[in-house]
This record gives sequence, C-alpha cells and structure tokens, in this order.
Amino acid sequence: MKQRSYFVTTAMFFGYAFLYVPIAVLVIYSFNDSSIPTVWNGFSLRWYSALFENEQIINAALLSLKIALISATLATFLGTLAGLALTQTNTFKGRLLFTGLIAAPLVMPEVITGLSLLLVFISSEQLIGWPDSRGTLTIIIAHITFSMAFVAIIIQSRLATLDKSLIEAATDLGAHPFRVTLDITLPLIAPAMLAAWLLAFTLSLDDLVIASFVSGPGSSTLPMVIFSKVRLGVTPDVNALATIIITIVGLGVVISGWVMYRQEQRTIRRVQQP
Amino acid sequence: MSFIQIENISKKFDGVTVVDNISQDINQGELFAILGGSGSGKTTLLRMLAGFERPSSGRILLNGKDMTDLPPYQRPVNMMFQSYAVFPHMSVAKNVGYGLVKENIKKPEIDHRVEEILALVQLSSFSNRKPNQLSGGQLQRVALARALIKKPKVLLLDEPLAALDKKLREQTQFELMNIQHELGITFILVTHDQEEAMTLASRIAVMNEGKFIQTGTPTEIYEYPSNRFVADFVGSINLFEGIVATNDSNATQVKTDALGLLAASPDARVNVGETLWVAIRPEKISLSKKTISSTDINSVKGAVWDLGYYGNHCVYRIKTDNGTYLQVTTQNQSRATGLDINWKDEVHLSWDPACCMVLRE
Amino acid sequence: MGSGLLYGVKRVSTPKVPTSERLWQLFVIYLPYLWLLLFFLVPFLIIFKISFSDPVIGQPPFTPLFDSSESSFIHVTLDNYRFLFEDNLYWLSYLKSAKIAAISTFWCLLIGYPMAYGIARAKPVQRNILLMLVILPFWTSFLLRVYAWMGMLSTHGLINTALLASGLIEQPLKMLYSDTAVYLGIIYSYLPFMILPLYASLERLDNSMREAASDLGASPYRVFTDVTLPLSLPGVIAGCLLVFIPAMGEYVIPALLGGLDSLMIGRQLFNEFYSNRDWPVATAVATILLIILLVPIMLLQRYQIAQEDGP
Repeated sequence: MKQRSYFVTTAMFFGYAFLYVPIAVLVIYSFNDSSIPTVWNGFSLRWYSALFENEQIINAALLSLKIALISATLATFLGTLAGLALTQTNTFKGRLLFTGLIAAPLVMPEVITGLSLLLVFISSEQLIGWPDSRGTLTIIIAHITFSMAFVAIIIQSRLATLDKSLIEAATDLGAHPFRVTLDITLPLIAPAMLAAWLLAFTLSLDDLVIASFVSGPGSSTLPMVIFSKVRLGVTPDVNALATIIITIVGLGVVISGWVMYRQEQRTIRRVQQP
Repeated sequence: MSFIQIENISKKFDGVTVVDNISQDINQGELFAILGGSGSGKTTLLRMLAGFERPSSGRILLNGKDMTDLPPYQRPVNMMFQSYAVFPHMSVAKNVGYGLVKENIKKPEIDHRVEEILALVQLSSFSNRKPNQLSGGQLQRVALARALIKKPKVLLLDEPLAALDKKLREQTQFELMNIQHELGITFILVTHDQEEAMTLASRIAVMNEGKFIQTGTPTEIYEYPSNRFVADFVGSINLFEGIVATNDSNATQVKTDALGLLAASPDARVNVGETLWVAIRPEKISLSKKTISSTDINSVKGAVWDLGYYGNHCVYRIKTDNGTYLQVTTQNQSRATGLDINWKDEVHLSWDPACCMVLRE
Repeated sequence: MGSGLLYGVKRVSTPKVPTSERLWQLFVIYLPYLWLLLFFLVPFLIIFKISFSDPVIGQPPFTPLFDSSESSFIHVTLDNYRFLFEDNLYWLSYLKSAKIAAISTFWCLLIGYPMAYGIARAKPVQRNILLMLVILPFWTSFLLRVYAWMGMLSTHGLINTALLASGLIEQPLKMLYSDTAVYLGIIYSYLPFMILPLYASLERLDNSMREAASDLGASPYRVFTDVTLPLSLPGVIAGCLLVFIPAMGEYVIPALLGGLDSLMIGRQLFNEFYSNRDWPVATAVATILLIILLVPIMLLQRYQIAQEDGP
C-alpha cells in the first residue's frame, strides 16, 4: 500500500514547480545584462555591483539586521519565559487571557497589529512623553511583541514533549525550581530555542507592514526600501538582492538539515550498538 | 485439495528477503497460528494473505482459486488489525456495518446483521457509542465484529490479544475460540506469544527468518520440537551437547561434558558417534532433598543457586558440582508459609529417559 | 478531633511554598504577561476607543483619549461607523477581500491536499526533503516572493514570453496589476500554510485505518472519501483558516500585484491611515475587520488545540 498514484505524483510535481519556478526566474534575471528588466540580454554581474554601491539599501540592510538581532534575542527570552509559564506552572490568575494573548499575534492581520502599536506609541507619548519619537526602538518593540508569540508556541510544544520525570527527578534531588530550569530544562530545550530565535530573526527581517506603521523618519528597514522601489515595477538590483538572500537562506537550511541528518544517523547507530 | 494453499511464497523488501519460499496448506475451519519473534516475517505473510503486500514470487490459492493478484477489497478474507483500526469518526454500529454498506446490502438487513453480530461479541448496548468511549477490550471486540460481519471465508488476526492485559487476555482467548467454533470460519492468527498460540490454535507454524521451522499441533510443537530453535522458543528447556554412545530400541545414550552419560527416549535416526543435543523440559525434572533415584543415569546432585516464586509454581536454578546449571519447575501443591526447598539447599535431580529427547540441529 | 483540627486542617489550607520559589514563578509568568498586556491588549483597546472619537486636524489627528477639561465625560461618537456603513466603498472592500480570501483558500486546498498527501506517504528520507522544500520559501522574504510574481506576470515576463513563443496569443496579456495576479500571489504565498497542517494530520493518520477500510471492501476512492478525508478534516479546517485569516487582511500582495481598483480592505485601511489621515475611520475599519475575523480566529484556536491533542 506504499505506491503513490500517478495523480498524486503529478500534483506534487506541479505543486513544487509552482513554488520554485518564480524564485528560479527571479534568480536568473538577476544576472541579466539589460536595463529592461524582463528581457534577457546576456550574463552580467552589473546589478550586483550596483547593489553594493547603493548606500540606501546597504544602510537599510544594516538597520534591519540590527533590529532583527536585538528583537530576536529579547523575543526568545520573553517567549521562552511565556512557554515555561504555560507548561510548567499550574493555574494562575488570568491564565486564559494569557493563552489568548500568546495565540492572537500569530493570526492577527498585520495591518491591525501595526496600526494598534502605532496608536499605543502615540498615546503613550501624549500621556507620559515616552517614546519621544518613533524609529528603531519602536520597531524593535513591535517585532518583539509579535515574534515572542511564535517563540512561545515553539517552546511550548517542545516542553510538552519533554519527559516530565526529568524535571521531577531534579526537584526530587533537591534543586530549586530556578536551578531546575537553568540546569535541566534550558539545556534540553536549547535546540528549540535556537530554532525559535532563527524564526524570530527571520520574521523581523521579513516584516514590512508593521514596521511601516511604527517607524519614523530616517529609520527605513530593508523591506521598506525594497517595497518603495518595487512599487514602481521590476528593478534588477532587487533581483540581485533577492538572489543573495535566497542563497544565504538556502545554504543555511541545507547545512542545518545536513547537521541534523548526521546527528540522527549517529543516534541511530548508537541505539543499534549494544 | 486444501482450503488455503500457500505455494512457494517469497517477499523481498529492497533486496532483503522477509518471507522465504513458504508453502503451507491450511484446512477449512482450522485455527492456524503463525508463531514467531519480531522480524520473523510473520506479519508480512499475513499481509500477503490479506492483499496488502504483493508476493515477490509464489501463489496463494483459496478454495482452488488463485487470489494472488486480487486487491484487498475484492478478497473474501477479512483482517483484524493489531491496532484494531476502529474508525474513530464512526459509531460502533457504523464501524461494524461498514463492510456491508460496501456490498450494497439494504439498510434494514444491515441493521439486523449488525445487531446480531454485536450480540455475539456482547456489545449490544454499545452500538451508538463512539470508539473513544470504549475500553481496549471493547475496541478489540468491535474490530472482531467488524471483520466477522461479512462472513469471510478466512479471518486473519494480527496479534489479536497483544494490547489487552493478562486477565482480559485469558478471558478473550476462550471467547475467540467459542466464536470460531460457532461460525466455523478459518482463523489464521499471527502472534509472538507462545502461550496465546498454544491455547488458541489447532495447528501452529513456528516461523523464523522468513521460514516455517516446524508445523504441528501444540503438543507436537511442545513435546516433540524438531530442533533447538523451536525447543527454546516454545517454553523453556535445558540443553546439553554430547556424543551418542549407544543407540538401541530401549534408549539413546549420550555422553555429555556437563552431566556425564544421559539417557533419552530412543531415536532411530541417530547414529553412534554423532554430536547432538539432549533436551529436557524443566517441569519434567523431579527435585528432592533426599536421594530418590535407584540408578545413576539421569540423576544429578546440586545446590539451589536461584529460585523464583510464582505462586502456583516455582522456578529453580540448580548448580551442579561441576558448575552446570539446570532449570527446574515445580508445582506448589501444598499450602505452606515457607518453601520445602530453599536457597543453598543441597538437592537431588532425576528424570525419566522417556521425557528426554535428542535434537540433531 | 481536636488534634485533627489543629494539625491536619491548617496544614492543608496553607501549602508552604518558599518565597524564592514564588518570586521565580511570578517572574516567569508576569514578565511576558505584562509585555503582552502593554503592547498587545492595550493597543486594541486604544483602537476601539479611537474608533469612537472625532477626527481633528493636527498631530495626532484624533481627539485626545482622556480630555482633562471635561474630566469625567468621555466623548463618544458613532460617526465613523455610520460613515463606513453609508459609503459603499467600504462594504465592497470587505466583500471583495472575503471573496478573494475564500477563493484563494479553496485553490490552496486543491493544490495543497494532494501535495500534503504525497509528502505524508513518502519514505522517511524523501519526506524530510519534500517537507523542507515546502518550508524553505518561508525563510526567504515574503516581499521578495511576491516581487518574483511581478517578474513572472509583467508584459515581457516569463508567462507572456512563453505564450507568445508558443503562438497561443498574439498580443501580450495584461496580467500584472489585476485580480488574477492578486489570486496568484496569495495562493503562492500562503500555500505552505495550507500544506503543513494538512501534512500533520495526514501523517498522523494510522495506515491500518485505510487498510481496514480496503479490507472491508472499499475501493481506493471510497477509502479516501470514507476514511482519509474525514480523518484529516481537522487539518483541512486549520489549513483553510490559516490561509483565509491573513489573506483577508492582506496589504502587500494587492499593493504590488493588484490594479488601482483592487479594493482589498487591508489596502483600504492603509490608505485611510496614510493618504486620507483619517485615523478614527481607519480604526473603525480595523475594528470591523477584527469582528469579522473573530469567528475564524476562535475556530482556528479550537482546531489547533484539537490537533495538538490528537484525533
């Protein structure tokens, strides 16, 4: 009963083609030596050099990286706490609301999240004078808020599969809950935390809508710059940028996949050896 | 012509032979058990009978008709799955009636037959329940009823009792036998549990590495195992290697390193000077603190090295003076707070040559 | 009796938890809790509040939250909502967003189900690679994936070039800046959201269920309709909601691929906010969008919990 029907095989072929052909075309045209972006005119790297000379894009990329690094780290911290709170403590006041607050950012349309955050920043400036302007700081806060929800979900599902007796054993041996978390839980969920951090980092790098709402003058992130460029049509230097990003991500995924595969094989071998 | 004929069936997965050229006839109304450890190929063989796997070579005939190439949904064969595979989104009645709906039988007739079969498995009052409201034993009976309702010519059972606890397993064994007797359907069951195979089956095939090692009635398998694998797999046994010293119509005498000269029931096939094994079941050895045997043969002195108390019986490990270990089982026939024979006690063992056999491989 | 009252009862009523342990628990729970309250819940209350206030010219362009001059009285107006109800534009935008989201969801299901089925039935090593290929686009930029379709659909893009070369058309089709482009963009971007929950529920489906149905006489087609499909229904629902909800509020895709008349509500909200600078109306638009999405969001949470608990 393992054989696959022709229908399923065909559907999979076209499905994956649908997912990857646009990306492939995007990459191919980044090497196009033509200023009319969609007509092939021979191989060239001119758009890559144009890209690296574009100070606006370089600056925006650096800003985006900075925001992503800070927000991913803080989101991982807060999200891990939230995941712990949801799995390792019993009942506390407002648990239901807490659960709802964790789950809501995952599905909330970005326009609403962005708008609401902007309004809270403006209102808070009116009331207590903070934050005095919008920019990098407000983008970081916004990104922490929505990506910590993703972190919390990842950590929570990892903790749910964790062998409870490990924690009970540590507690039984006299460790304080804080020490249990530090000595037992965190090392065990470290891979999940890394995955969560990477996700938070990517979400932050990727975000356009929320950042557009909460940023101020002079703090344009990379997606904001790209968006304003491509609104007017196809521009080959964006293809070049996309190719670079896809290459980095692709390499990262392949390497991490390979490392995980190796680890899996090693575990299998260890289990099989008596 | 037998009811089911398995002819030279083999199955390979990625070049690995899982079922290796098995041929076997199974009679109508028989309760045939395939007994084997994990990886012996027994489940693959069953799945080929059901039609889920296609044999790499060989044929399967039912009532003389070749059904090797029939898909599962066209075979007059039904299967009870190890996981039961009771559809979680259907009620008990829907589950049980599923096979009939596929036969375009009218609804009143279906309802009637569902009622009938649920009564047979004692689940009449559960027909509207959903599977997640049932216990493991009840689920097992739903799976059984569902497989039986189509009145299949053959019912295949994959480890039918493995998921039940011990008490329920014993009770269900008898129910299963009664149902089989009542309906007269041929049952083929696969199990790794020798007790299950012994109590249920009229015939057992012991399977290892894709082959049937021995086929026979439960007593044949237990009392007359054809080789060391079967002897060891079915029950416990003491085995001693030795060389045949004499062989006549009274006894076969074997010279062993462990226990000296041993006498076994005569076996005309063996030759003097041949190396083979003497086998004796633990419960056939008698154990006493006093000397009971009149002869020297099949009589050993030793000390209790280990003992396990099981309530109804005891298992002893006896260490002889030259360091050989023997396993002995005794029934606990009297009621006492202590055991007659205890750790470190000096004991005498003896057994009847007729209970002892020789195995060539 | 007396000693029972003295010892047993009292001990049960006050379980002794060391102070440091309590502090650690409070930290774990209330630090993230407080953050979410401040930056997630409060903002929604503010949206709600502003949607009932008057627009003013200035910065910020709405009447203050708490007017100190009228101390206890908070000015409430329904004008913004009345405006939304009276202007056809908004109604049409909500309807069109719902229609586009629903049709895109349907197509995602149609494309995604056989793919998820195929992945779930593949051999373990193959399965991991196939799954990775579905997730991989997730990690690349969403914006750039939408941009990729601009190149595909433009007048001199790949599709037009291919169609012209094959002689099927004489003039390049105008595909970019149309509803078709928006559909394509949404289906393309959200397809992984459909495949992953579908895969999760199909992968968990016990193969012996399918075999049992087949054994009882069901043809492969009936096995699918009687067993596979009903048992993967939680995945179908979760996947549909995961596509529908964000697609409904989508801004980037209609902004880049849609025509000027592409009236999706996310884009409308953005315009109201930035171009018209009518913030109270923008918040009213957001509030109504949220109310529309409330039912699907709650459904999704129910199904995600059901998914985690298993069938």
